[in-house]
Amino acid sequence: MTFKKTLLASVIGAAMTTAVLPSVASAETSLRMAYDADPVSLDIHEQLSGGILQLSHMSFDPLVRWNKDLSFEPRLATDWEQVDDTTMRMTLRDDVTFHSGNAFSAEDVVWTIERLKRSPDFKAIFEPIASVTAVDDTTVEITTTKPYPLLLNLATYVFPMDSAFYGGTDEDGDPKDEIVKNGNSFASTHLSGTGPYVVTERQQGVRIAFERFDDYWDEASPGNVDEIVMTPISENATRVAALLSGDVDFIAPVPPNDLERVREDEDVQLVTMSGTRIIFFHMNQERVEAFQDPRVRQAFAYAVNQEGIADRLMKGFATPAAQFSPDGYAGHVADLELRYDLERAKELMAEAGYEDGFEITMMAPNNRYVNDAKIAQAVAAMLARINVTVDLKTLPKAQYWGEYDDRAADMMMIGWHADTEDSANFHEYLTACPDPDTGAGQYNAGNYCNPELDKLVAEANLEVDLEKRAEMLQQVEQTLYDEAAFVPLHWQDLAWASAANVDIEPVLNVMNFPYLGDLVIHEE
Amino acid sequence: MIAFLIKRLYHALLVMFVISIIAFAIQDNLGDPIQQMVGQSVPESEREALREELGLNDPFLVQYLRFAGNAVQFDFGYSYTFNQPTTEVILRHLPATLELVAASTFLIIALSVPIGVYSAIRPRAWLSRFFMGVSIIGISIPVFLTAIVLIQIFAIGVSLSPFPADTGWGAWLNEALSTDGGMPAYGRGDPVNVFGTWDSNFASLEGLTYLVLPAVSLASIMLPLFIRLIRAEMLEVLQSEYVKFARAKGISLRRIYFIHALKNTMLPVITVGGVQIGTLVAYTILTETVFQWPGMGLMFLNAIQRSDVPLIVTYLMIVGLIFVITNTLVDLIYGLVNPTVKLTGKPA
Repeated sequence: MTFKKTLLASVIGAAMTTAVLPSVASAETSLRMAYDADPVSLDIHEQLSGGILQLSHMSFDPLVRWNKDLSFEPRLATDWEQVDDTTMRMTLRDDVTFHSGNAFSAEDVVWTIERLKRSPDFKAIFEPIASVTAVDDTTVEITTTKPYPLLLNLATYVFPMDSAFYGGTDEDGDPKDEIVKNGNSFASTHLSGTGPYVVTERQQGVRIAFERFDDYWDEASPGNVDEIVMTPISENATRVAALLSGDVDFIAPVPPNDLERVREDEDVQLVTMSGTRIIFFHMNQERVEAFQDPRVRQAFAYAVNQEGIADRLMKGFATPAAQFSPDGYAGHVADLELRYDLERAKELMAEAGYEDGFEITMMAPNNRYVNDAKIAQAVAAMLARINVTVDLKTLPKAQYWGEYDDRAADMMMIGWHADTEDSANFHEYLTACPDPDTGAGQYNAGNYCNPELDKLVAEANLEVDLEKRAEMLQQVEQTLYDEAAFVPLHWQDLAWASAANVDIEPVLNVMNFPYLGDLVIHEE
Repeated sequence: MIAFLIKRLYHALLVMFVISIIAFAIQDNLGDPIQQMVGQSVPESEREALREELGLNDPFLVQYLRFAGNAVQFDFGYSYTFNQPTTEVILRHLPATLELVAASTFLIIALSVPIGVYSAIRPRAWLSRFFMGVSIIGISIPVFLTAIVLIQIFAIGVSLSPFPADTGWGAWLNEALSTDGGMPAYGRGDPVNVFGTWDSNFASLEGLTYLVLPAVSLASIMLPLFIRLIRAEMLEVLQSEYVKFARAKGISLRRIYFIHALKNTMLPVITVGGVQIGTLVAYTILTETVFQWPGMGLMFLNAIQRSDVPLIVTYLMIVGLIFVITNTLVDLIYGLVNPTVKLTGKPA
């Protein structure tokens, strides 16, 4: 009897050990993460969007990348020097291989930049580049048509692609390097970069799986994650639930309504950061005569309580703004203050002859920015106090942008993040005199126009002395403030959360491109 | 029978034609797909070129005729977001939705028949009252909330301590009220591939755990309705003359309840049930969104957010087809259960 029991026990024990052992032996560090959306394509030149750039940083490497403090960190380019006003020479790493096994060389950089100049989404920002030449295997020279101060900013967008892999034609006879917006292309389903992760599986909208690239050049990187599975979870509540239940280890973004819940949970950690996306209202001077009077615009700027919105509506999840440029940008003017002052606003309205106010229409999206519709309601209520009656309409983003392009209301909300991480970009798209031919002022729904500022920004974009350039951009920001060109609200904060043993803090940054190649997961 | 099926086929074509016209007519209100396909700094000239390339500048009739011409050859166009033929995209998402609907249907049938019958036979028993009370609550809670509550209780877990934890009974009650969670909160996990593009959650125990919460949420919409329907029908049948007669004749109660009465109860239930299966497919949009269940409903919602018009039109047409098919099947089954019903092509 006892013998039988012992035998039984040892059999069960053996079975259990064999069942448990394999998983211990192959203990790979894996990260399960959930973003609100997945990249639309594997072709990193198909669309200029956050999702694509996040993918780029996982499967490719840029020439240089941003540090946490918005300075540049060498990646595939180890060194750079300005040869003359229009030429920059970059030295490249010589020990880099692509996922396909091909060796990385200067030719790949040339090929990539030429492809970027053909991409509908990227060509505008690569416009200043005249030519790129490979001097030798590890040196490239980038020439611009005019002196251009933002070449390094552009270099953060250059993720060298494997020119041999993307060369030639596919089975259908189409060139493998073609960029197709609507339809399948070789590049939208195949990928070979130099980055830390190789894409192993992709089901669009369901999951995308990565595995650490064995021959990754950056051996100094502390990153220890062997595989990553990314699931898009667009529903805020579900994304948070997936983290809290331990189904995923890392989520972004964390919705403001759940911040407290996430912060209080001991098993997870929350990281927040002031962002660089400015949320503001345009006042359309073409539709409303009163907006042509700077005093009226100032009155509006004085009437809006940005701090109240940031504190109460956004629950502290926003940084109140008085200008476009966040701290760290060249044009940021430190002493521009929030100017909520209801009395002053009323005075200005009276001075301008609008004591009794007037009626305006207002539009805002209701699913694009955090609390966008609620913010618009709050602003409408604040304007009522200076006798302005607001007829507010909020729309889902799919419908909103068409209305925005038509300038369909007197005041319209927009949020903007500068693709170049530079102050000039704000002015060029948002407050420059609209010009359909050059694309200047494409999103200037206020029709604000000050040719002097346009000239100043154009000059700044030719100024290679960065300090001098910053002064010029600060002058632009100051003028926009003085003339109340728009009603600034806040910079939207960013929030990520992860399981306690996933050390996300060091790899996060204000651009929202987590450098997952450097991510460390501690043993539990 | 043949005439009936031909008539239904004609119905299906008509339904799909009408849906396609309506979907096409509202596409301008769905937003600009170009906006979703390009970055913010793309100049208007590029956008215009893309619009021209996609044929979005053509007049409505030209666009519709082009679509209809292709649709006749089973080519429903390319999805803007998946960059693949819409039919392929939908076929890939279809199994997930069908499995979810099948699981819910199973739950509804398995629970509503015994509960409905029991509460009709014993209308005044406390258990019947309990079921009726719960079903009233069930009807009035939106599926979205049910889903979130289920996730909180069974995936994340709740720890409650309304009772003093230092006493034995208090600790026990607290323990009874709290849950550990542990159920999957989202997605299908790693479904087993059965054949082709069909990955099944029914094929493994792990797959089933992923199916439970979404299926319960989806079932929660229809379950109370069916319990009440079956109870009401059964009560009525039990009052009828032939049941009284059968009782008087001394036929066993079990036989009366489960052979004679239940059969007649089920006739109207089948009719309603068939229509409701189509409705369940429509409700998957909500359930799949909350559970990030990668089926057609979730796909459809994303398509709307991205103004993916070809995918939206194809989805609506396929759901229309599902409605017609389920209705046809219901009529066929109805004929089997009640042979006095004649299936003809002519109106009765």
